[in-house]
Amino acid sequence: MYAFTYHRATGLRHAANMLEKLEEAKLLAGGQTLLPTMKQRLASPSNIIDLGEVEGMADITQAGRSVTIGAMARHNDVANSEVVQKAIPALAYLAGLIGDPAVRHRGTIGGSIANNDPNADYPAACLGLGATIVTNKRKIVADEFFKGLFETALEPNEIITKVTFPIPKKAGYYKFRNQASRFALVGVFAAKRPSEIRVAVTGAGASGVFRVPSFEEALKKRFSPKSLEGLTVPADGMSSDIHGSTEYRAHLVGVCARRAVAAALEKGGED
Amino acid sequence: MSATGIGAAVRRKEDLRFITGKGQYTDDVSRPGQTHIYFIRSPHAHAKLKRIDTKAAAAMPGVVAVATGAEFAESKLGGLICGWTVLSKDGSPMKMAPHPALAVGKACHVGDPVAVVIAETLAQAKDAAEKVVIDYEVMPSVVDPAKAAAKGAPQIHDIAPHNTIYNWHLGDADATAAAFKAAQHVTKLEFVNNRLVPNAMEPRAALAEYDSGSESLTLWNATQNPHVARLVISAFVGMAPENKLRVIAPDVGGGFGSKIFIYPEEVVCLWAARKFNRPVKWTAERSESFISDAHGRDHVTRAEMAFDADNKITGLRVHTVANLGAYMSTFSSAVPTFLYATLLSGQYAIPHIYCEVDAVYTNTVPVDAYRGAGRPEATYVVERLVEAAARELSIESADLRRKNFVKSFPYQTSVASLYDAGDYNASLAKALQLHDYKGFGKRKRESEKLGKLRGIGFATYIEACGVAPSALVGQLGAGVGLWESAEVRVNPTGSVELLTGCHQHGQGHETTFAQLVAERLGISIDQVTVVHGDTDKVQFGMGTYGSRSGAVGMSAIVKALDKVEAKAKKIAAHLLEAAEGDIVFKDGKFTVAGTDKSVAWGELALAAYVAHKFPTSEIEPGLKEAAFYDPTNFTFPAGCHICEVEIDTDTGETSIVGWTAVDDFGTVINPMIVEGQVHGGVAQGVGQALLEHTVYNDNGQLVTGSYMDYAMPRADNLPSLKVDMTVTKCPSNPLGIKGCGEAGAIAAPAAVMNAITDALGTEKIDMPATPAVVWSALQKRNKSRAAAE
Amino acid sequence: MPSVSMKVNGKDVKADVDPRTLLVQFLRENLRLTGTHVGCDTSQCGACVVHVNGKAVKSCTMLALSAQGADVLTIEGLAHGAQLHPMQEAFREHHGLQCGFCTPGMILTAVDLVNRKGNNLAEHTIREELEGNICRCTGYHNIVKAIAAGAKAMGSGVSRQAAE
Repeated sequence: MYAFTYHRATGLRHAANMLEKLEEAKLLAGGQTLLPTMKQRLASPSNIIDLGEVEGMADITQAGRSVTIGAMARHNDVANSEVVQKAIPALAYLAGLIGDPAVRHRGTIGGSIANNDPNADYPAACLGLGATIVTNKRKIVADEFFKGLFETALEPNEIITKVTFPIPKKAGYYKFRNQASRFALVGVFAAKRPSEIRVAVTGAGASGVFRVPSFEEALKKRFSPKSLEGLTVPADGMSSDIHGSTEYRAHLVGVCARRAVAAALEKGGED
Repeated sequence: MSATGIGAAVRRKEDLRFITGKGQYTDDVSRPGQTHIYFIRSPHAHAKLKRIDTKAAAAMPGVVAVATGAEFAESKLGGLICGWTVLSKDGSPMKMAPHPALAVGKACHVGDPVAVVIAETLAQAKDAAEKVVIDYEVMPSVVDPAKAAAKGAPQIHDIAPHNTIYNWHLGDADATAAAFKAAQHVTKLEFVNNRLVPNAMEPRAALAEYDSGSESLTLWNATQNPHVARLVISAFVGMAPENKLRVIAPDVGGGFGSKIFIYPEEVVCLWAARKFNRPVKWTAERSESFISDAHGRDHVTRAEMAFDADNKITGLRVHTVANLGAYMSTFSSAVPTFLYATLLSGQYAIPHIYCEVDAVYTNTVPVDAYRGAGRPEATYVVERLVEAAARELSIESADLRRKNFVKSFPYQTSVASLYDAGDYNASLAKALQLHDYKGFGKRKRESEKLGKLRGIGFATYIEACGVAPSALVGQLGAGVGLWESAEVRVNPTGSVELLTGCHQHGQGHETTFAQLVAERLGISIDQVTVVHGDTDKVQFGMGTYGSRSGAVGMSAIVKALDKVEAKAKKIAAHLLEAAEGDIVFKDGKFTVAGTDKSVAWGELALAAYVAHKFPTSEIEPGLKEAAFYDPTNFTFPAGCHICEVEIDTDTGETSIVGWTAVDDFGTVINPMIVEGQVHGGVAQGVGQALLEHTVYNDNGQLVTGSYMDYAMPRADNLPSLKVDMTVTKCPSNPLGIKGCGEAGAIAAPAAVMNAITDALGTEKIDMPATPAVVWSALQKRNKSRAAAE
Repeated sequence: MPSVSMKVNGKDVKADVDPRTLLVQFLRENLRLTGTHVGCDTSQCGACVVHVNGKAVKSCTMLALSAQGADVLTIEGLAHGAQLHPMQEAFREHHGLQCGFCTPGMILTAVDLVNRKGNNLAEHTIREELEGNICRCTGYHNIVKAIAAGAKAMGSGVSRQAAE
């Protein structure tokens, strides 16, 4: 790790002020991605602003037809939240698949989304559920938030404060793991919302999380894995590495989508 | 059998310190005034070192020194060596290139250390390392062993044209060719035996300290063989005379072969500790381990097996290219030759075998012994061929095996090994029964109902352990003998310190060795303390690898105990006023045969030390004996592993749904520990077969350089295992022990791949059979089936 | 250098640290509690697992400064004097360790697992929950057995008393 100056934020405004004023400052939420990156000297922030003691940033609440999760809510808290389990069980399930138990005790939803790792799980849920990312400055819909590999719509001095998920009628997530990293090689989140069907894919895309309009169209007729039989996505635009070719990933998108829909039907959610 | 004697599943004496956090691994040791060393490693696979500027780095805060290969070279110390000379077919010696501890002139693989920074803290050393300016001139590189000897491939070392270290062979080429000519059926396969990164959980570490008063060096080192390390660093590197160099291997967190070898880092730490007169500590970070620990396997092989009309194997022909990496590591030359080709007969009577091995340099991390070392590669060749042949010949693979098993012993194979004892039918029969092989058809149909493929695969493996008869390995080119030593120090109250030249790094010697001593002397295992891993305490020993500590190390203990007993009997004869020949030692008591006159072990020990009651002109006081045991043959553990897999055809994911292992390790001292060795070995073999993939790109960059890309077996990749044993005792050592440390890793890859090829109905698949690989094999199979229709 | 204070194994500790000091470095180097190990640099192996405020975390992926005011439990603090914790006892009884390097992290992960999921753990649950802990020696077979047994023992009156 390179040397840095450490700052413990006492509140959101304090954090925002420091982020504004300090040179090359970086927010530390759960640190489960940032710290490994810094350890490998791949990131060299001069100032670290620890959000760990900021109060009120980890609440999980339901208001009407949506669930709001504070940016500092740990994956484990989301996975075990009664509110989330009841309203959007697929989201609780997804949170319980991130990393491992110890990582889930530290990692946060805000940190994960801000990082926008192309193999992370939360971006699929945000996009698949049509979530709104709330910052200290504005609200950003998921469709406009995730901009590419590790890129988001966040401005340099913007802090995610919470994420609001509309409650779907049904939703399911299926993750096919990379055997080494245990991140998603391909993960598909499928949701039947009152207004629309969404299918969001993480892990596979060469430019990060994406939706699959052709799958959504097919599922409109009938929200069933059968509707997706034989459907696939073009290999073009998939990422490729030693863990899987573009063709394999494209194929897995179809497989995972069918399994996500099956899971949605099995686990229900509110109808 | 007593509650703690031979054969008892005694819980381990060493565990208390590990479960309470009191283990002392090298990195847990700290010395006053210690500095930290950081190795600057080549980021290029093959590059000239044009200029290294260390000035700015030397001025950084906390820096004690910055040094390059040129400065190290000024010390006139020697480089690292390979201690086993293998000759080519034409009799010429292997082409061993110089291996400087810090690269001089050029770097030959990504990770090759080129300079060091020594500083007060590790963070300071790393900060300063970034200020070292190194001007590299990148040269073309080669990483693929199959391409290394090709015309036009970049030459890595001047001494080795075509990057060829040796062209070696074993067996009778002509007789084997004749067998193939006469064959009724020939099965041919090509394999890649994938390169593996050992990944002991404790990274390698070294801490060196110089005492200017005694002009002596101490090295704490995560090593499997402290004496061998001392010998090489003293005699070949020339660091210090052996009596001025103490090597301590404290608790070591796994080795699997990777901690046998003598590496640049410990040599440089010692050099720096003396030069700068400060203790110097190095602990690898995992990403550093990936590019500096010797890797394993990495063979490319063509093999064919000949059968007569009665399905008897009549010949085997194998050609292997073995990648030894950028430099020859300590025992690298022996692994793809004497530890490989000599096992190619498997459990079968094969009259004619011929094997050729071309060893090559590439711009990759050196390759050396990794759990099994040569024997997993041999088993993989033989067992995949036998399984494939059974399918081609439409005969049950168990039947084909039975038909060809070696059935009478001793059996001289056509590749030099002399199998001394075994019962291969027995382990196969027991495994089939335990596994419910008969129920496989039903289970397969159930899987098919769920849209999944199910397959079953065998590996009836053999290995050669108990390395090794010294004169024999000397004839084969080894630079050392492979005996083992032991010393039994009896204290005046009858408790015992057992000093062994073996080293434990997970094997449980502190328990099993104590079981042996306690049973023999009739004392409790708590009265026996096993001392190992310190050259100042223990007499010279060869260390632990090659499943040798039971067969060789414990035989040395038996010899020492024999001597202790013999001397104790002499003393007892005086104490009991009887003839020495009438003294019987049993259950911790020396008795005059046919009388009730006796003296207990503890009393005798005291008498030996007070020395009042025997003539010290005839019998020396005290009770302490040492022994060196040199084996007369290798040992030949063997067994049958059965793997059952289920494959998700949608994703290509393979799940291991059943595993049965029936091994014949000869005498078992502690079945709990032996079963644990099987579990761990199987996991590593499954890792090789399904998960672990070491990938270099064309530029020689290690793509799988961390756990983010190198898939380690985790708990959910494995099922619980059915482990059982059959026993035929090893006739060549006093306890009848064969060895158990590597069996799982030897059997498992073949068993897994035989199950997968069974399920897929195609032989065209290499390890690791990751989901992507299996899926792609399925696509190809489906295409070729469609084309055939 | 900023200062950090926390409670480790029931004792208050305080030190000035370089901000880049990880919790694991603080434990190993400042406090000389070397039972917590480092086996990787990508937060995957779990050799460094400790409990922070009662929850398992990877101490290689947390700044010491972030543990300000926390209650930290390491392997050295798990037993009560000579009385081993039931999970420690189970690892010894079932041969759940070989080289011992991953063991502290395994045991603390196992205790956390029982705290979260109770005393009756199915084999597949244990295997899935060990996703963040790598062992190269045991093939996990006996670790799984040890955890199942340790979980049961943690629930029984006798050992609960013993653990207290």
